[in-house]
Amino acid sequence: MVVTTSWYLALAAVLFSMGAVGLLTRRNPLIMIMCVELMLNAVNLTFVSLGSELGDLGGQLSVFFVLVVAASEVVVGLAVIVAIMRRRQGATVDDLSVLRG
Amino acid sequence: MDAAVFLISAAIVLAGAGGVLVARNPVHAALFLVQTLFGVAVLFVLQDATFLAAVQVIVYAGAVVILFLFVIMLLGVDRAEDLGVEPIVGQRPVAAVVGASLLGMLLIALLVSVDGPTGAHGANAPLGDAADNTRRLGEALFTDYVFAVELTAILLTVAVIGAVVLARRVRGPLAPLPIVVVTSVADDGAQGDDGTPDVTGVTGGDDEGEGA
Amino acid sequence: MLDLVWLVPAFPLAGFLILTFGGRRLGEPAAGWLATGAMAGSFLATAGAFYDLAGRDVHDRRSVTTLFEWVPAGDLTVDMGFLADPLSLTMCLFVTGVGALIHLYSIGYMHGDAGFRRFFAYLNLFAFAMLMLVLGDNLLLTFLGWEGVGACSYLLISFWFTDEANASAGKKAFITNRIGDWGFMVAIFMTFATFGSVAYVDVLDTTAAGTVATSTATFIALMLFVGAIGKSAQFPLYLWLPDAMAGPTPVSALIHAATMVTSGIYLLTRVNPIIADAADWVPTLIAWTGAGTALFAATIAVAQRDIKKVLAYSTISQLGYMFLAVGCGAYVAAVFHMITHAFFKALLFLGSGSVIHGMDGDQDMAHYGGLRRFMPVTAGTFVVGWLAIAGVPPFAGFWSKDEILAFAWNESPLLWLVGLVTAVLTAFYMTRLVILTFFGRHRYADPRPDEVEEAWASAIAAADEAVVAASAALDAAVAASEAATDEPGAAEALVAARAAHEAAVLERGGIVASAGERPELPALALYGAPEVGPVADRLPDEVATRSGHHPHESPWTMGLPLVVLAVLSVLGGLIQLPFSAATKRLEGWLEPTLFGNEVHLSVGTGTLWVLAAVAVAGGVVGILVAVAAYLQRRVDHRSFEQPILADAWRFDRLVSNFMGGPGRAGFEATADFDSTVVDGAVESVATMVKAEARLLRRFHNGLVRTYAAGIGVGAVGLVVWFLSRTSF
Repeated sequence: MVVTTSWYLALAAVLFSMGAVGLLTRRNPLIMIMCVELMLNAVNLTFVSLGSELGDLGGQLSVFFVLVVAASEVVVGLAVIVAIMRRRQGATVDDLSVLRG
Repeated sequence: MDAAVFLISAAIVLAGAGGVLVARNPVHAALFLVQTLFGVAVLFVLQDATFLAAVQVIVYAGAVVILFLFVIMLLGVDRAEDLGVEPIVGQRPVAAVVGASLLGMLLIALLVSVDGPTGAHGANAPLGDAADNTRRLGEALFTDYVFAVELTAILLTVAVIGAVVLARRVRGPLAPLPIVVVTSVADDGAQGDDGTPDVTGVTGGDDEGEGA
Repeated sequence: MLDLVWLVPAFPLAGFLILTFGGRRLGEPAAGWLATGAMAGSFLATAGAFYDLAGRDVHDRRSVTTLFEWVPAGDLTVDMGFLADPLSLTMCLFVTGVGALIHLYSIGYMHGDAGFRRFFAYLNLFAFAMLMLVLGDNLLLTFLGWEGVGACSYLLISFWFTDEANASAGKKAFITNRIGDWGFMVAIFMTFATFGSVAYVDVLDTTAAGTVATSTATFIALMLFVGAIGKSAQFPLYLWLPDAMAGPTPVSALIHAATMVTSGIYLLTRVNPIIADAADWVPTLIAWTGAGTALFAATIAVAQRDIKKVLAYSTISQLGYMFLAVGCGAYVAAVFHMITHAFFKALLFLGSGSVIHGMDGDQDMAHYGGLRRFMPVTAGTFVVGWLAIAGVPPFAGFWSKDEILAFAWNESPLLWLVGLVTAVLTAFYMTRLVILTFFGRHRYADPRPDEVEEAWASAIAAADEAVVAASAALDAAVAASEAATDEPGAAEALVAARAAHEAAVLERGGIVASAGERPELPALALYGAPEVGPVADRLPDEVATRSGHHPHESPWTMGLPLVVLAVLSVLGGLIQLPFSAATKRLEGWLEPTLFGNEVHLSVGTGTLWVLAAVAVAGGVVGILVAVAAYLQRRVDHRSFEQPILADAWRFDRLVSNFMGGPGRAGFEATADFDSTVVDGAVESVATMVKAEARLLRRFHNGLVRTYAAGIGVGAVGLVVWFLSRTSF
């Protein structure tokens, strides 16, 4: 069987939706960020697949930048989480409801 | 041959994703994430994106996940989360619906399209083979996209500084950045001193004072 | 001078403003002289304008002086303008003339009252409003004056407002007037909708040209008639006028006899083209309403004991005559009667005020009698007014009333008959009033029924005390005799005490029996002093003080207006003598304002003489019957004074019960509807917003995951949207 681009895209779709479900379901902030990473990876996979289908380097270039940005985002996000969560052990995202209206 | 590799890698990826979803211990979740990242790297290799596969493993699995683990250890959020109960009413059904519909619609878009996914022919450099990949990427990055690369450099610097500022402990008014004078090593220099920025990580230890 | 016609209302307005804002320094009686001077100035301005207008050619007798544009509101433009034409200037003449006389009178009448300055301020304000009503060149200005006189009427009726009854009377007048005002307002709306303007010049000229539909004219005429009923106290909106007598007598004279109540007739006369264009049953309705009210009020006046109430019902009755005239198309006769009525009714009211002033505020005719010896000027002028209203030639009232009766006969013999019966009754009750007040024996020194009651009660009480004292003495004697049985004096004392006790009981029994058997005191002691019997020495002290205190004549400030009005009542008929076209001066003068709508008599001169003779005979019959009943005592007067008449046919009570019972229920239901439905509808908008906000607030629980779920749902929506638009 030839592995067509659709297979990759299908896999990326599944990975993306799993990441979305995880983001909505988990309460631990770190695991939520990990789910975001899953989604970003799915997007990377899509980029690379389509880039290779079209014979265009732009797909991989995009992945490069996505990777950089994702890394910096994780850094800042974790810093924020540390700043907020270091007070309590076992704190979850649900405890941060100061913006309640 | 490709198909078998693909299938195995896909299985690894999806198993890792599932693990992130259901792992109660965040350390386990991090490890499952590493598994997913490895699988994706293999898939990258299958597509002749060798440089990206390497970067994926080195940066993503090697640095980002390590960062996760550091934070997990720092905060002590390695306590297991109770997955059985969902405090927000209706969150799980909404999540299920969102996930299912996203997946469904993406698959529909894939399957229903007559010619398969297409796109405009890109204006970038053509794709080469696996051996050539790094050189081509480097050429494209540092000629056509050099500005973007510089910007990402700034972005990374800002992110680092931001992380440092965000995560430090502040007690009392902000102290000026001290000039590190190596007078005596035995003084309380490395312990949780206030106002002393430590570039490599976050100072752990006592839990007093407000976070920034 | 016609350009300065705006001075006519300006003088009283200036007087009002000065008295309100600077009057405190003027004090009494300077405030009164200032107000009278303002009225006199107004009268002179009117006379000047009158002279100018009379000097003009007959066809040119209409002058509109516009001061400024008052209401510029899109399609509706209303000017502050004055229409000086024969009708309005005639009204102004007698309003300012009689008004000035009444102002002069009030200086003496209100002497010593704490609200002296306030009184004259209100009087001047009233005069201003009335003159605006008459001189306004459009319906809206007339309405301004209409409302103004209504408000001033309220202020002046409840002038002594510390007494609850006076305040209620003022409120009653204002509210009853309001019902009529509604009709007037609807008429103004309809007029604007039909003609595009409310100015008389536009409305009347257009109507006279014959371009208005009958249904429209009928509607407008009916609504104006409703307004006129309210202001001129016709059935069923007459209820406020008898109660309005609670105000000071000059107020009753000015407002409720001479001026305000004539505004309704003025309005109907002003819009005579509209009435002419209306359906035929409208004038008939007006005529029958007037005639019915006249008869109705005359029957009530027969049995009233308060002198001012008799005059109030008499006013209602005479106004009915004027409406009868308007309904028969006899506008000149209506205006003629309005003028003569102003003279003699003001005279009668001011005379009654003089009597009340002399009797120190007592208004009950049962306490009057034989006052002509003490108040000759008042009595003399009052007799002139009496003869005028009774329709005795050659006094003014005869000519005007006779003219109305002639037109009534022209319209329908039945109407004439009602008018004739009313005239007979008018003569009767006015004669009754004059006899009871000025002739016969002096009743002011008689003990009154409540005083006699008090005397009898005190006699019985004294007898009771005597019995109690005798019983106590008897008990003491019994106790003494039982304590000391051997003392000879004790037994005799016991016997004496027993006898005294017996006598006291007998005496008491006798007094109680006499009290029970004593005859009922008459309401009007016409035949002699009331029999008081054995309790004459127990009468309260007021009886003695009254018999020593005589009624007195009024000062010249009150007497002079009486004399002037008496002269006018005698000579007033000269302006419209029916003998020839030359002597019918009023008719010729008013012709430009009537647009040819004056009905022409189709009865011959012979019939007119017969009708006049019958009317005079009827009046004489009324006078003679009253003399027979009240002066010569040949007829029992009580057969005329039926209780149902004294109670005004219980109509007022009927209205009060309705308003207090089902009326109040209706009002409260309307108020509830307003607060629940109308206010509720407005509030429901706010409530809905609040409910929606409360619903939406549930989404803001501050939880990140909820917001993430929201983002997810939104993303799904977007994808669906794009998918549905792509073609595969």
